[in-house]
Amino acid sequence: MEALLWLGPALILIFVIVIYPAVTLVVTSFGKFSIIGLRQGSAGIQNYVNFLTSPDLGHVIWNTCVWVGAVVILTILISLGLAQFLSKEFFGRRFVRWAVIVPWAAALVVSSQLFRLLYDYYHGIINQLLLALGIINKPIDWLGNSSFIMPSMIAVGVFVSLPFTTYLFVAGLNAIPTDIYEAARIDGARPQQIYRRITLPLLKPAIFIGVVLNMIYVFNSFPIIWILNGSNPGFGNDTMITYMYKLAFKSAQHDVGMAAAAGIFNVLFILIAVGIYLRFVNWREGVQS
Amino acid sequence: MASRRFRGWKRARRFVLPLAGLGVIAIFISPYIVMAFDALRPSGEVLATPPTFLPKVWTPQAFQQVLTDPSFQNWLKTSLIVATSSTLIVILVAIPAAYFTARFTFRGRIAFLGLVVITQMFAPTSLVVGLYREFYDFNLINTYTSLILTNAAFNIAFALWILQSFFAAIPKDIEESAAIDGCGRVGTMIRIMLPLTLPGIVTAVTFTFIAAWNEYVVALTLIQDDSRKPLTVGINSYVTAYQQNWSQMFAASLIAIVPAVILFALIEKYLVGGMTAGAIK
Repeated sequence: MEALLWLGPALILIFVIVIYPAVTLVVTSFGKFSIIGLRQGSAGIQNYVNFLTSPDLGHVIWNTCVWVGAVVILTILISLGLAQFLSKEFFGRRFVRWAVIVPWAAALVVSSQLFRLLYDYYHGIINQLLLALGIINKPIDWLGNSSFIMPSMIAVGVFVSLPFTTYLFVAGLNAIPTDIYEAARIDGARPQQIYRRITLPLLKPAIFIGVVLNMIYVFNSFPIIWILNGSNPGFGNDTMITYMYKLAFKSAQHDVGMAAAAGIFNVLFILIAVGIYLRFVNWREGVQS
Repeated sequence: MASRRFRGWKRARRFVLPLAGLGVIAIFISPYIVMAFDALRPSGEVLATPPTFLPKVWTPQAFQQVLTDPSFQNWLKTSLIVATSSTLIVILVAIPAAYFTARFTFRGRIAFLGLVVITQMFAPTSLVVGLYREFYDFNLINTYTSLILTNAAFNIAFALWILQSFFAAIPKDIEESAAIDGCGRVGTMIRIMLPLTLPGIVTAVTFTFIAAWNEYVVALTLIQDDSRKPLTVGINSYVTAYQQNWSQMFAASLIAIVPAVILFALIEKYLVGGMTAGAIK
């Protein structure tokens, strides 16, 4: 078929780099491995059992839900406002758009290392600013104190997710024809009514894409947690992704089989989560119509 | 009553909006400004208490040290090689696939598109353990090839998404007149479609390049030799438990992010267009 000629290279690449590792992951999850990674035979479902009965798992899953939920919700809300702002014409708008791009263009590692210093207990500018402004009396241990580490990471997660989502919503807003606004204004609608009854519903497709993509990106996000949580021992603040990574590659654990099981679990988890969201959205639309 | 409020707002608007804009700019770039200032301090001063906002002594030494550091040079070379090669592969592979998928219906078209969507979901991070085992089995651990192939494969989905919507937006008559003039499918694609979809191609190229340039987890996992690490992995070695070279790390980071920021700013006006086109599927 001619299609194969045009699509062939793409298909090959996808199969070799995406499908094959996924299959390898499944196979590995049923294997037993030595410390240095040599396969020693089948482990049946032992890896899955070990993983699912691990005492840290519940905590890690909870962390992940908080992490993804908070970052996605905050990002969507703030981006809606920011997009609205950026779709108005004003002097200097171009500079604002460029500024918004920076956290998107900068590598996550770079931003994470930067915030690692900013959040530092003694030398971080955040503590220094808050102290100077009198908002706090003592410095806060943003990265070491278990009550503060999650919000600190969430803040960074939102910060780096805002640019993409904002641009998505700007595109969505641009797609709304201006006559609708004119007609509504002639009919005497107030701005809040226009926003709630016209803008938001028309933005639904963009919001939908924003939520799904952000869920996937944030769930899989690695550098922020890896670097900001790096000096904390144990698994207290890990998400499912960093937990899996530690299981696979950190010398104390180095349990390849269990890590593979964790990997499969992660993939299924995000697929199901997105599926639940899809169902939720459809259900609500069904009820409204 | 409402109209009076409106009139006042319209006049205040000219000042309030730019001011708000200034606030937004401050929020988004202030961390990076701090980073830039810290890169221009002597290394000890970064951790000095009491701290000063502006460097006490402007010291561009860190940049000089970083640029002459052979490790850094290797990381830069690796990032350039990997990002450029991945982008090249993605473009060569995605353009034909996007053109064909946008223009023609064929058996398995939906399946193909579904496959592409799924790869978008399988971030390399989730599959990294599988990727490691696969490259381990094929003896490709620690090679440029592994990074190039991985970055290419995982960016195809996005490039296809953007390119496909651009191809689909071109009216069919242009193709038909090309066919009448005697162009084959390949000829049509190269001579007619490509120039018209240039914005889409530029956007896809830039996105892919930056994605590969900024990639971290896979490189962290697959590369052990310091000389083969890309920038994203290498710069972390400036601040460890053993040494705290913050100014050098920030100098290196700045060098690492400036190309990406510039590229992004160049295609900024296409970003909105590309996303709109993609949203109206």
